[in-house]
Amino acid sequence: MKSSHRLLLLPVAIFFMAFWLLPVSRLLILPAEQDWRLYFVFLTEARYAWSLINTLGLSIGVTLVTLVLGAAVGLYLGRQPFPGRQLLLSILTLPLSFPGVIIGFFMILLAGRQGLVTDITQALGLGRFSFAYGLAGLFLAYLYFSLPRAIAAYAAAAQSMDKSVEEAARSLGARRWHIIRDVWMVQLESTTSACAAIVFATAMGAFGTAFTLSSQFEVLPITIYSEFTNFANFTLAASLSITLGLFTWFALFLTRRKETVAGVASQ
Amino acid sequence: MTRRTQSPGLALITAIVAIFMLTPMVLSTTAALVNNYSQGLASGLTLRWLEQVISVYGQTVVWSIAIAVACVIGNILIGVPAAYALARNPSRWAKTFEEILTLPVAVPGLATGLALILAYGTLRDFRQSYSFILVGHMIFTLPFLVRTVTAAFQRPDLVAMDEAAKTLGANFRQRFLGILVPAVLPAIAAGSLMVFTLSIGEFNLTWMLHTPLTRTLPVGLADSYASMRLEVGSAYTLVFFIVVLPMLWLLQWCTHLLEKKYAN
Repeated sequence: MKSSHRLLLLPVAIFFMAFWLLPVSRLLILPAEQDWRLYFVFLTEARYAWSLINTLGLSIGVTLVTLVLGAAVGLYLGRQPFPGRQLLLSILTLPLSFPGVIIGFFMILLAGRQGLVTDITQALGLGRFSFAYGLAGLFLAYLYFSLPRAIAAYAAAAQSMDKSVEEAARSLGARRWHIIRDVWMVQLESTTSACAAIVFATAMGAFGTAFTLSSQFEVLPITIYSEFTNFANFTLAASLSITLGLFTWFALFLTRRKETVAGVASQ
Repeated sequence: MTRRTQSPGLALITAIVAIFMLTPMVLSTTAALVNNYSQGLASGLTLRWLEQVISVYGQTVVWSIAIAVACVIGNILIGVPAAYALARNPSRWAKTFEEILTLPVAVPGLATGLALILAYGTLRDFRQSYSFILVGHMIFTLPFLVRTVTAAFQRPDLVAMDEAAKTLGANFRQRFLGILVPAVLPAIAAGSLMVFTLSIGEFNLTWMLHTPLTRTLPVGLADSYASMRLEVGSAYTLVFFIVVLPMLWLLQWCTHLLEKKYAN
């Protein structure tokens, strides 16, 4: 590398070193300063293990449902021309710019103590049914912020899909399910893996939504936050952050590698 | 193409998802403008919740915009030169550098927030100023700008132009500011739009970094949801939409315009 180029990288390098690498390195070694076993607290203490299992289960579930629904909506909007399609697509992807707290609040308006669903169930004589603060509310809220990502990705991918393969399959008498499995899913594979990783990683690290709902279903970001604020336990918060960070980083790393492999293979 | 697509199933799912996505937006907007949420429109329309939000939380809106703008400017100043260096050095080393820059996106904001507090929490003046939040936002959004601009700098026609200018005797400064930066302006605009959007809506990291005296719009939102009545929370959400969405559309439109202008 030329020395003039090194000079151009210098400001970013210094900035990044000072405000990310050094602070994160300190965070990484913090548990070791006390007891290296603290790194594995997510395995050894039931409370933290459950919090991790909750988060993983919720994130995997949200990812699966998001992929199915996002693909359905994205394919429909990407392939079926109808008036107002572009408008609908831009409204459905609008929540991409909402902070997570707004989506938590949306769930409260929908199914909280004074929520719409709660009013409807009461009017139907089913009593005041509010599910916003439990697993169902959290699941729907996570779905809300995940769907726009998937819809945008699949709609873009659907527009560049090769229609002739599908036509050929259809004229050869392929059934609808076979077209979905052997044509659509194959052509959308790279979109699906990239989307799955992003949705999963976002769901794992999401904090604002669960924070607003102050959910009874505890997820890892909330556990980390309460260790830090309520118990002033910096070391434990650091250890759990490392665990969480490794999960999200690894999910993104996996698909990136797969993509490069696929990219190399196709060349 | 007159072929009808037989997908009533997909149409139904699309309709259900659209209702699920739209209902909360409508509910929230209505709740912001009525006197009493549980009585609905029957309680009459009012602007008093919006007025209350502006008097209590008005500052957070101004600060959020200021931080987002500063974040864009700061990242352009340090990120564009770096993007050029990375684009001209297709080495393993440069690739690794770019990967490392992307790490703050792969790691939850909560962790980055904790790390920053751990390292700088004791520097009181820094900790209690908006620059603490700004630094966090810059770290988090930097890779989006650097990646977009690096890709633009790698265009073969640009490399050729750069070489031509060099043989004609232009120095680096002239080439960089006179040829290269104007040529990648659409990419800088697209990257800046991403940076702006991410910064103005950022919560996970900001909530860790904020203090009672340094609050951004999303931080204020969380506060109002926890402590105010539903109507006030809704009005504040409406303020977010009214302020942020038109700005994003305007920026999107400018980016689009630049891309079109530079396409031919």
